Amino acid sequence: MAFFDAAAMMKGLRGTYASGRTRSYEWRVSQLKALLKLASFHEKEIVDALRSDLSKPELESFLQEIALLKESCGLALKELHRWMAPEKVKTMMTTFPSSAEIVPEPLGVVLVISAWNYPFLLSLDPVIGAIAAGNAVVLKPSEIAPATSSVLAKLLGQYMDCSAVKVVEGAIPETTALLEQKWDKIFYTGNGKVGRIVSAAAAKHLTPLVLELGGKSPVIVDSNVDLKVAARRIIAGKWGCNNGQACVSPDYAITTKEFAPDLIDTLRSELEKFYGKDPLKSNDLSRIVNSNHFNRLSKLLDDDKISGKIIHGGQKDIANLKIAPTILLDVPGDSLIMEEEIFGPLLPILTVNNVEDSFNIIKSKDKPLAAYLFTNNKKLKENFISNISAGGLVVNDTTMHLAVPTLPFGGVGESGMGAYHGKFSFDAFSHKKAVLLRSFAGDLSSRYPPYTPKKLNLLKALVNGSLLGILRALLGWHD
Amino acid sequence: MIFCKTKGGWTIHLDFLQLLTTPFKQGQIPLLFFPARAEVLPEPLGLVLILASWNFPISLALDPVIGAISAGNTVVLKPSELSPASSSFLANTVPRYLDSAALKVIEGGHDAAEQLLQQKWDKIFFTGSSRVGRIIMAAAANHLTPVTLELGGKCPTILDSLSISDLEVAIKRIVGGKWGLCSGQACIGIDYVLVEEKFASILVELLKKCIKAFFGDSMPNLKNLCRIVSKSHFDRVSNLLGDPRVAASIVHGGSWDEQNLMIEPTILLDPPLDADIMSEEIFGPLLPIITLNKIEESIEFINLRPKPLAIHAFTKNERFKKKLLSETSSGSITFNDAIVQFVADSLPFGGVGESGIGRYHGKYSFDTFSHEKAVLQRSFYLDLEPRYPPWNDFKLDFIKLAYKFDYLGLLLLLSGLRRIFKRSN
Repeated sequence: MAFFDAAAMMKGLRGTYASGRTRSYEWRVSQLKALLKLASFHEKEIVDALRSDLSKPELESFLQEIALLKESCGLALKELHRWMAPEKVKTMMTTFPSSAEIVPEPLGVVLVISAWNYPFLLSLDPVIGAIAAGNAVVLKPSEIAPATSSVLAKLLGQYMDCSAVKVVEGAIPETTALLEQKWDKIFYTGNGKVGRIVSAAAAKHLTPLVLELGGKSPVIVDSNVDLKVAARRIIAGKWGCNNGQACVSPDYAITTKEFAPDLIDTLRSELEKFYGKDPLKSNDLSRIVNSNHFNRLSKLLDDDKISGKIIHGGQKDIANLKIAPTILLDVPGDSLIMEEEIFGPLLPILTVNNVEDSFNIIKSKDKPLAAYLFTNNKKLKENFISNISAGGLVVNDTTMHLAVPTLPFGGVGESGMGAYHGKFSFDAFSHKKAVLLRSFAGDLSSRYPPYTPKKLNLLKALVNGSLLGILRALLGWHD
Repeated sequence: MIFCKTKGGWTIHLDFLQLLTTPFKQGQIPLLFFPARAEVLPEPLGLVLILASWNFPISLALDPVIGAISAGNTVVLKPSELSPASSSFLANTVPRYLDSAALKVIEGGHDAAEQLLQQKWDKIFFTGSSRVGRIIMAAAANHLTPVTLELGGKCPTILDSLSISDLEVAIKRIVGGKWGLCSGQACIGIDYVLVEEKFASILVELLKKCIKAFFGDSMPNLKNLCRIVSKSHFDRVSNLLGDPRVAASIVHGGSWDEQNLMIEPTILLDPPLDADIMSEEIFGPLLPIITLNKIEESIEFINLRPKPLAIHAFTKNERFKKKLLSETSSGSITFNDAIVQFVADSLPFGGVGESGIGRYHGKYSFDTFSHEKAVLQRSFYLDLEPRYPPWNDFKLDFIKLAYKFDYLGLLLLLSGLRRIFKRSN
């Protein structure tokens, strides 16, 4: 790979930003429209790249990557005027007379580091936020999805203003070189280990971050639910999302000992309906992205602690990097599969005596990016919503919350910091500047030295909002 | 003023607490999801660490605590060891009034801070210098702990030409905003002033008069003024005057009382821009005045330097105001006053770039210590069959149309007529 001069690139971008080019409404709209065109006119190329990188089924590529991206663009174009407008805020007695507003402004030059599992969406969705907020942006797609990385570099080079929007392809050396620069914001999607590396690099420059990480997202299944619908939605969220390789895929399930057999049976029968008797041959399942991850997942299945616990699936096709939808029952808490984020097509089901016991299991682990509950029990639902902390919660479905642009999408604790989607993307890449406009009239002499008891009384009364107190102070009555 | 500010903070929070802790519903959900209900629910982060600074040791300790508590967290507060009496006051008084199982005050210096920083916090809130801010953020990075860093920087004040009566008010606000705020030891305190050359001498004269009226006319007679907090800060500030070129630019003051750690309000006229006094945050009672040919040059001057926590601009020129607003970046910008934005609770208080990360005050304090959890509730009814594999053309078409809210297309598809009327996507 040719030597990559990050500092020189940065200098150029700073020059572009300083020229004010990216700040105008017109520029932002032109770039957002260009992204929309790119996603619309090159759908086939994008779908092909995703198939090459992940064997991603066409419908997943369309629905979960292209459509979501186009929606996001469309929303930004529609709302940009409103998002850019200053927000007038109320002022208080203490600053009377004054007027105040909050003005959003770009941060400057920002870095977006993307992931390999939704390589198109997770690259361009943050870029939409960065551009809408008026920044210059560098995108570093994941090298683990090389076909998509290549398509992004080519298409953005063709459609976007290259003086302000750049794509840097590459792996660790390029990422390290980028991270040495001083960015005004870094947006990273990936895992906690690299998240820490990105944070440490950002700390050197006091660069604020959004970290979209992951975790073990649990799904609790209560009895007395429409089991067929619940099972289908769990399958769609797990295997229907890049074959479990998604940050919000249900990682493991919890249900009662009593209900487990029904759940397992329904999952099995729906899985067969979706993917056939031989799922390794189904075209509707992504493959495992590469042999590293394939080996990682194989190790989870080879763990002694879980021998005998596989109750469905487990078949592997190493040549095509495929692993069949696999269900495990009651694996021990200290097994490998329960210690790390699975990010693959393996679903452990844990059983408890009472469904409420599932909350303790979830709380004993790091806060996940998402948590799911299937129930018709109102109290259980309310308990779940108030007491389970996660980036986002969904009741009676899985993963759908990320397609609702009015909901912030992000993690908490180990699953991340910051949020985006919809206006939250704009906000993530903006500085909300406080503006206070004061008048020269009505200057309160009490605020200046020399300080006297009378001045102190008046100020106290003013701040307490006590009219009587103000009167007394003005008349010279002390406490 | 500081004490009252905190009291004001309590009142606001008690009034709004109810409002703040109930979930607020968000707007539209794509029809594809019908029926569904979406809301954002604020919840506490957990256990938070607040590291306070020494210049406003009571309010900068308790104001973030208000945010942490109202958001439902447990808190460890470490006051600054450079203000030991306030630290002691907090350590002794807070446990008497607050639930000490949930709110602890830990006194100490570097060692205590280092030990605390090794723990895994759910949030760290730090007020202090950029240098220490980097250390805090690096420690937080080990645990993926989100941070709010209230830092500082060189806050410029721009003085445009004004009428005499307005200028008199402006002078009072500048003097108050510099020396009336802990003798210049304040993050949003005025660091230096930018003015057109032709107004420099009248500015200096008026400043001198005002300083005399507020604080007294000479070193022995100084009153209403804080001292420098410690010997090391005293040395740091007085060393800024050690550079002979800087000393030569002093037009008022410049003397000090080392025993009492007092430095006289000092005005400098055009000290060299490469001297420390113009590259580091002064955080003391020295006021450089930098002259320009035209006041509009202040924009470029400010933009060549790190983004400050606050810009104060005294001007009545609407065009210049707009230019300043859109062409400079800072935590906040205040027109025709100084410092008061600190008490405007409807405005977020925080920095950008070198001057900080995150914000607080008013509801922003609550938000800063909360996680906004997205909650989506769906029903079992109306489960969309096309959502599930095995995929086929029909399902693909259906999803594409539903996503675009193309109801006519959907109707045609479902009635089997779409193939006849197929439009391009």
